[in-house]
Amino acid sequence: MTDASRGADAPPELVQLLTPEGERVEHPDYDIDLTPEEVRSLYRDLVLVRRVDLEAVALQRHGELGIWASLLGQEAAQIGSGRALTDADMAFPTYREHGVAWCRGVDPVKLLGLFRGVNHGGWDPAEHNFHLYTIVIGSQNLHAVGYAMGIQRDGTNSAAIVYFGDGASSQGDVNESFVWASVFNAPIVFFCQNNQWAISEPIEKQSRIPLYRRAAGFGFPGIRVDGNDVFACLAVTRKALEDARSGQGPTLIEAFTYRMGAHTTTDDPTRYRVASELEAWKLKDPIERVKSYLFKNELADQAFFDSIDAEAEDLGADLRKRCTEMPDPDPMEIFEHVYALPHSLIEEERKAFAAYLEGFQS
Amino acid sequence: MTILTLSKALNEGMRKAMEADPKVLIMGEDVGKLGGVFRVTDGLQKDFGEDRVIDTPLAESGIVGTAIGLALRGYRPVCEIQFDGFVFPAADQIISQLAKMHMRSLGAIKLPVVVRIPCGGGIGAVEHHSESPEAYFTHTAGLRVVACSNPADAYSMIQQAIQSDDPVIFFEPKRRYWEKADVDTSSTDWWTPLHEARVVRPGADATLVAYGPMVKTCLEAATAAEEDGRSLEVVDLRSLNPLDTGRLFDSVRRTGRVVIVHEAPVFGGYGAELAARITENCFYHLESPVLRVGGFSTPYPPSKLEEHYLPDLDRILDAVDRTFAY
Repeated sequence: MTDASRGADAPPELVQLLTPEGERVEHPDYDIDLTPEEVRSLYRDLVLVRRVDLEAVALQRHGELGIWASLLGQEAAQIGSGRALTDADMAFPTYREHGVAWCRGVDPVKLLGLFRGVNHGGWDPAEHNFHLYTIVIGSQNLHAVGYAMGIQRDGTNSAAIVYFGDGASSQGDVNESFVWASVFNAPIVFFCQNNQWAISEPIEKQSRIPLYRRAAGFGFPGIRVDGNDVFACLAVTRKALEDARSGQGPTLIEAFTYRMGAHTTTDDPTRYRVASELEAWKLKDPIERVKSYLFKNELADQAFFDSIDAEAEDLGADLRKRCTEMPDPDPMEIFEHVYALPHSLIEEERKAFAAYLEGFQS
Repeated sequence: MTILTLSKALNEGMRKAMEADPKVLIMGEDVGKLGGVFRVTDGLQKDFGEDRVIDTPLAESGIVGTAIGLALRGYRPVCEIQFDGFVFPAADQIISQLAKMHMRSLGAIKLPVVVRIPCGGGIGAVEHHSESPEAYFTHTAGLRVVACSNPADAYSMIQQAIQSDDPVIFFEPKRRYWEKADVDTSSTDWWTPLHEARVVRPGADATLVAYGPMVKTCLEAATAAEEDGRSLEVVDLRSLNPLDTGRLFDSVRRTGRVVIVHEAPVFGGYGAELAARITENCFYHLESPVLRVGGFSTPYPPSKLEEHYLPDLDRILDAVDRTFAY
């Protein structure tokens, strides 16, 4: 179905605190009290992660990355939820959570290693409480629930959050993760970014009902939030994390958003969706509404916006430079980290391959 | 010394591991109150509580996937897959996640997860309860794969597997669960390193290579062959990945003739890797081609036919005869 208006009318159950026009609205169950400084900080996050993403797409176009999965359009969902986390919380991403990585303090250049092909994941998950990108769809849901069961056994005041998409909601592992989280009352937040498209398949190919309603069948609350509203995403995720930490169990959050770009740089959305759909969603851009709010309420002036734009340009240039400087790994690295403990077969092959390579030196 | 069945030896081994390290958890279907369908975890939940011996929902991918998450949090989960044929729903979590996360993290993550799988046939079971899926896992880099064949090894190897910082696929020969033997549970001095093979019967004329349930069958074949004047050596590999090539090749070089025995289908089976490596490394010592005895290239048959499918004493001795025909 290619209905241009699909999703354009906010369903009544959608939690929204900031309209696309930048107006603050009230919601009976969720509120948020942000200082002007905090709002400016969220705006800065949104702009900078969009710039990181834009730069990565450009790097792919220049042949510096093999592929890139763009977060364009999903900045508010990722920054809002990412900023709701405490340092002690643990996040499990897909491969598109560049905005959450930003919130967790992962150096953006470390995200590029996987896409450049120099490693399969370039950061220490424990250092940032941000797990590695997971490419098999939905596998990380079970890791997150297991981790949350560990938190439960440790008795610490923290929670896990797992990111997945509308397509992943069809995976067995995701449904199993709902079952596990429910019966063990695990301290976890399921954060589903429904960006309307699983590569070329629209949400109708995954579900006959709104995704958040699936939670009821598993026995825990589900809530749909305007995924392009950073205030609402922050408020809803904060509440769900607090519930998780205080023994209330899991929550499914469906962040209703839109993948404004292609699935990845190898994808061509013109083959399966109409341009008017994208145009409709552009009117609900996650960054513009915050800018508009700041401007209208005189919480920021032009100099502020200019300074953020300048910072974004510097960030992009720095990322470009450090990406192109990333060296190719040494061939012998193939044999590194296959096992934690010594392994005779790996040692045998390592020696044989080193000797083979040496044959070319003489 | 205590006389233990293989099943009880595993139980004692896990108990020891749980006493030694509070991070060791048991998880799986029916492992708690019931003590597992084979009673391997009998009594552990009663003694260690529901937080450490976890009756999970009925989904194998969920068991292994959540075990990975617990390991990320510092726990050492021991998962029970109820039967060999039920491990396949967990294949993605084992092959794409458990095996690869250490490398994906450039060594930052260690996943000390044990996946216990009762394997093999011979118990008259229905479909999916008699399979030998070891080759799928030996083919997956990042996993260690071991198979115990007797109570003493079961007792020591399960503890060594739990202590390993790498994921271990632990095959248990289900038809041998009730075999009894003396096990010294008071000392670890006698333990063999986890990845070492062992000559379980010395011989001079040919080597039988086996692991798990087929070790006992090979020993019986060697006893029978002795009556015909043939001295057969039996090597219990114990570890399939890594493979103890040193002890294997040593035996082959002494006898010059090899018959590899496993329950899994011969075609593309683990024996093919053994035959290739033996041929590459012991070529000038071989008096005859390396022969393999195993299951046919068919799905595991209905139980009334399994005695024809499974290698037995006669099929092993038939292969031994053929190695001497060269």
